[in-house]
Amino acid sequence: MSQALVIVAHGSHLNPGSSAPTYDHADTIRAAGAFDEVRTGFWKEEPSLREVLRTCEADEVYVVPMFISEGYFTEQVIPRELRLDDWDVTDWDSDGLSADVATYTAEDTGQTVHYCGPVGTHESMTDVLVRRAESVTNDPDVGEGFGFAVVGHGTERNENSAKAIEYHADRVRDMDRFDEVQALYMDEEPEVDDVTDHFTVEDVVVVPLFISDGFHTQEDIPEDMGLTDDYRTGYDVPAAVDGHRIWYAGAVGTESLMADVVLERAADAGADVTAAIESVRETTRVAPGADD
Amino acid sequence: MLARQFDALLSAAGSDGGIDFDGLRVAREGTGDDRDATADAGGYAFATPEHEATGLSESELHAHADGSAYVTNWYFWEREVQRHDSPRRAFLRHAEAAEDHGVHDRYDALADGMVTEWGQLRIEATLSDDGDGYRRYDVRHVDDADRPLADLESYHDPLEARELSKHDDDGMYRPLKTGTNMPTGWAFSDLDWRDAVETVETLYPATVANWYREQRGTLDVDHWTDTTDRQTGIYGVVSELPREAVEWVAEAACDDSQCVKRREWQYSEDDELAADGGVGAFPCREPCSLVIAAGRKWTKLEEEESREYTFHLTPSEKEQLEGIVDAVADGRVDEIREADVYKDANRYRTRYLRAKLFDDHGALGGVPTDHEE
Repeated sequence: MSQALVIVAHGSHLNPGSSAPTYDHADTIRAAGAFDEVRTGFWKEEPSLREVLRTCEADEVYVVPMFISEGYFTEQVIPRELRLDDWDVTDWDSDGLSADVATYTAEDTGQTVHYCGPVGTHESMTDVLVRRAESVTNDPDVGEGFGFAVVGHGTERNENSAKAIEYHADRVRDMDRFDEVQALYMDEEPEVDDVTDHFTVEDVVVVPLFISDGFHTQEDIPEDMGLTDDYRTGYDVPAAVDGHRIWYAGAVGTESLMADVVLERAADAGADVTAAIESVRETTRVAPGADD
Repeated sequence: MLARQFDALLSAAGSDGGIDFDGLRVAREGTGDDRDATADAGGYAFATPEHEATGLSESELHAHADGSAYVTNWYFWEREVQRHDSPRRAFLRHAEAAEDHGVHDRYDALADGMVTEWGQLRIEATLSDDGDGYRRYDVRHVDDADRPLADLESYHDPLEARELSKHDDDGMYRPLKTGTNMPTGWAFSDLDWRDAVETVETLYPATVANWYREQRGTLDVDHWTDTTDRQTGIYGVVSELPREAVEWVAEAACDDSQCVKRREWQYSEDDELAADGGVGAFPCREPCSLVIAAGRKWTKLEEEESREYTFHLTPSEKEQLEGIVDAVADGRVDEIREADVYKDANRYRTRYLRAKLFDDHGALGGVPTDHEE
């Protein structure tokens, strides 16, 4: 029986870069050769979520949401648009962080669909956040003498959103790799605006837990943190702010190791992707001293 | 004919029922008559619309099959493409009018190149120069039909179609992949059948799948009320747009000048929209996310009550305002030359109109907009 991986993401009517990470990770996974087909579907771009399954020839499909948290999109919109009519959020049996997989027959196509949890709440995402710190500092051993900030939106509409931020901040902290670790938010306290108030250490890596670079990660956060008064003039990395050096990493979703998280989600759902995971981890590694 | 093609032909001829495809019939004779026949008994039958031969030895069968368009055609479809009852196969068959023309007519046409238009795409199917019956495909913009390949940016990997079609010729982002602003100046050439379908599906996602369902009479149309009733969150309000306004939505957004799909959705299953759905080659089965997103704005606009304002305009000023709206709506603003003051939407003309008729607050005729409810 042929198997497809379908990565579903938000996309954008306004920002052409929104879908770029999804395409990049699909390409990385496609090159690893673990699936007969690798497809992408979007809420705002095409193919739409409602039609993406019919672009797959495979009989069995692993759907992995390129979303940060469990919530409105992963629990309502995506299953509805994929026409997983038997979907019920209790099938994930999740506490807001622990969704893994639920399997259905798609009403539209008759395919067997393994609906996986979002990339943002998978434990391997913590490795991507740390990898992002390695990428922005160009140091695979970065940690000692550094603070680490995970930045999330903190929307009141989705309590699971903050859970995902806290979850990963805790896991980074437990690594004992960075001197200080803090979860910060755009719309809640502790606020990313006051990033320097939350760290005593001089060097701070800031990694937004966002899928793609857009208004929030390219305009709001740099301006809120004081990296620049106007995002259009750009900013330095690292940038001096209130006696600290801020290493702003941009959206974690743009980190190439994110492809590994997608594969881990599919693996948890039963897909045979062990070799692909090893291949992806190797090809996305930051080489010591490599220049961008 | 390649050796492996003849081997496949022999194998198929000896299977249940033999071969009966696109006019080619090949079978082991006597298979049905005498189940105890030895391997050498009976021989083979080979038939096409032009001639028929029976009692053939294997080498004689080879002589009949060699150079036969019917054999390479059979091999291409039944051993290469396969995928019966699938969108991809149906689309490729469509690209050479396979259900309308016999093999020889098609091979003659393919030798010159058979052209199918698919939205703003021009797809040309040809035969491989190797005489093996394999098809090759060229995909480009219809407006580049007559341009030499050397003049066009050349591509071969279907995945490159994603970046290529992301922006229009002016560099603007294209959120609607089936918008009529597909950029020009490129070609995917010498594609095999697999990459040809992949390229088309990348440039126009899910269009082959939906066209196929329509051909088979199984297209699942979601009408306006189906789709808007399904929306939740910030798009839940779109279901409140009055029916009359949905006519304007369809006329504004789904015209052939805006999207190459043919609108098949109506207001509801029993309530047809008057707006023309267009003549596109493939169907639009439901209001798209762009229409829903714009519909949210239109819904809020339609909540406002009309009110009366008094302005005084010369006939030319009235016509100029109308001309400006037309130029924006039809996407002609950028074509108006700087000194062409005869065009209503010319920048000098428009700035003059603003200087004359609008006050310092940007109010037309100095009449304030009344937002009080």
